[in-house]
Amino acid sequence: MASYRARRRKSAIAGGLMVAATALGLGWLVLILGVLIWNGLAGLSLRVFTEATPPPGTTGGLLNAITGSLMITVVAVVIGTPLGILAGTWMAEYGRYARLTTIVRFVNDVLLSAPSIVIGVFVYEILVAPIGHFSGYAGACALALIVVPVVVRTTEDMLRLVPDELRESAASVGMPCAILITRLLYRAARAGLLTGVLLAIARISGETAPLLFTALNNQFFSLDMMQPVASLPVVIFQFALSPYKDWQDLAWAGALIITLAVLTLSIIARVLAATRKSA
Amino acid sequence: MIDVALDISQRAHAVSEPRGLPVKISVEKLRFYYGDRLALRDVSVPLHAGQVTAFIGPSGCGKSTLLRVLNRIYDLYPNQRAEGRVMLDGENILDSGRDVILLRAQIGMVFQKPTPFPLSIYENVAFGVRLHHRVSRSELDDRVEQALRRAALWNEVKDKLSASGQSLSGGQQQRLCIARTIAVQPEIILLDEPCSALDPISTAKIEELICELKDDYTIVLVTHNMQQAARVSDFTAFMYLGELIEFGPTGKMFTAPGDRRTQDYITGRFG
Repeated sequence: MASYRARRRKSAIAGGLMVAATALGLGWLVLILGVLIWNGLAGLSLRVFTEATPPPGTTGGLLNAITGSLMITVVAVVIGTPLGILAGTWMAEYGRYARLTTIVRFVNDVLLSAPSIVIGVFVYEILVAPIGHFSGYAGACALALIVVPVVVRTTEDMLRLVPDELRESAASVGMPCAILITRLLYRAARAGLLTGVLLAIARISGETAPLLFTALNNQFFSLDMMQPVASLPVVIFQFALSPYKDWQDLAWAGALIITLAVLTLSIIARVLAATRKSA
Repeated sequence: MIDVALDISQRAHAVSEPRGLPVKISVEKLRFYYGDRLALRDVSVPLHAGQVTAFIGPSGCGKSTLLRVLNRIYDLYPNQRAEGRVMLDGENILDSGRDVILLRAQIGMVFQKPTPFPLSIYENVAFGVRLHHRVSRSELDDRVEQALRRAALWNEVKDKLSASGQSLSGGQQQRLCIARTIAVQPEIILLDEPCSALDPISTAKIEELICELKDDYTIVLVTHNMQQAARVSDFTAFMYLGELIEFGPTGKMFTAPGDRRTQDYITGRFG
């Protein structure tokens, strides 16, 4: 009986510690989100979406930063996704047993966890310094370098999840490999591939360091990607550090916008992943 | 052993074999390796045209491996290689110059686990047809219907051809896979334990189907189920530890096997 009581006591202690650890972790998250929503909503108004960033002391919004972020993100995804999908497809299908695949996978994992500031400096060296000025395209290229490893990884993983039986039965009706991949495997892994792209977008939408070295910032509304372009993370960085109250409020609003956008993408990714499992 | 089998078979139309049935595929001294492991040891066996040949034997005896050599599906994996000869209409299919895409259109295969493509029922059947034949829309419709009818599935799916192939039951999926295979119009159909994942009613349907299909196709069946081999096959081959122990007409194999090991296996004394 004594040992039974001791076991119950240990179980209660362990269980209590687990609940405490969970509460601690979630507590900070709730706190962060609470402060963000509280301050963000205060700074949020229609003007945020219709006016460009103001000089200190006047009213304005984040329009240039929002459009800038959208442009840079779209170009980054347009550059990074095909590269990532092609590389991931090669690794999962044609090069599945190749030694090169092991090497590429290792290098890709290194790139995946590379500090993003390093990527920023790298793109500065090859696309900013030689050209002589910062540009939206340089920012997009820096973010594309972050997109590629994420998409390579998810593409390879998702294609490998497709059972070999499908490849064998496709081969047994005389289906060439290229048709198998484009018509059947991509279809079977569609939700997973899309999830990878969404995760990559979520990952880059908050990146600041690579953009500081590449797209820099722009006080004015501009759609010219050859020139410096404003982006939400960089504007938040600049405004949050400023001593001006109205800038700080806009930084909170921008942070809330990014968080909500990423949250939406994560939810979409979750829903897609769930439909993949049930299909 | 092979000679004995051919003596017993008194039917006419000899082409490759003077006293027997025409041979569609002749496996000669086939050795197969998974890496360094030898899985088939000098297997030689004739597969007669328009007949059902069943391969039986305990797990790991090499019967599925043999089947996977016949359409070179093993090519998908590295470290798997075959030596010897597999003659199809006088040509060795193991030749490295052989176009495996065309070969596989000629030799269809149905697997143990039903594996419909992630497409509609119609597309599952039509896909293979389009790969190999240029056909009009109406002709394609005809082909799909014919294949589904032959696979005894048409009446169950004719009203939901656009539904996903994966929404069908296991037995229906397997018949869909058979329809998909025959729609390509192969000459030979390989069946790798096609009923092992199915209930008895579905199994009976597939067995009926095999008996009907043999008029037009040469069928090779791998099965764990000896009753199934006895019911549907014309010839039976018994394999054990990578070797072909005995081959002969099914009737003789199950009533008067020539080898002690065959007898032990079919009477259930080992396996």
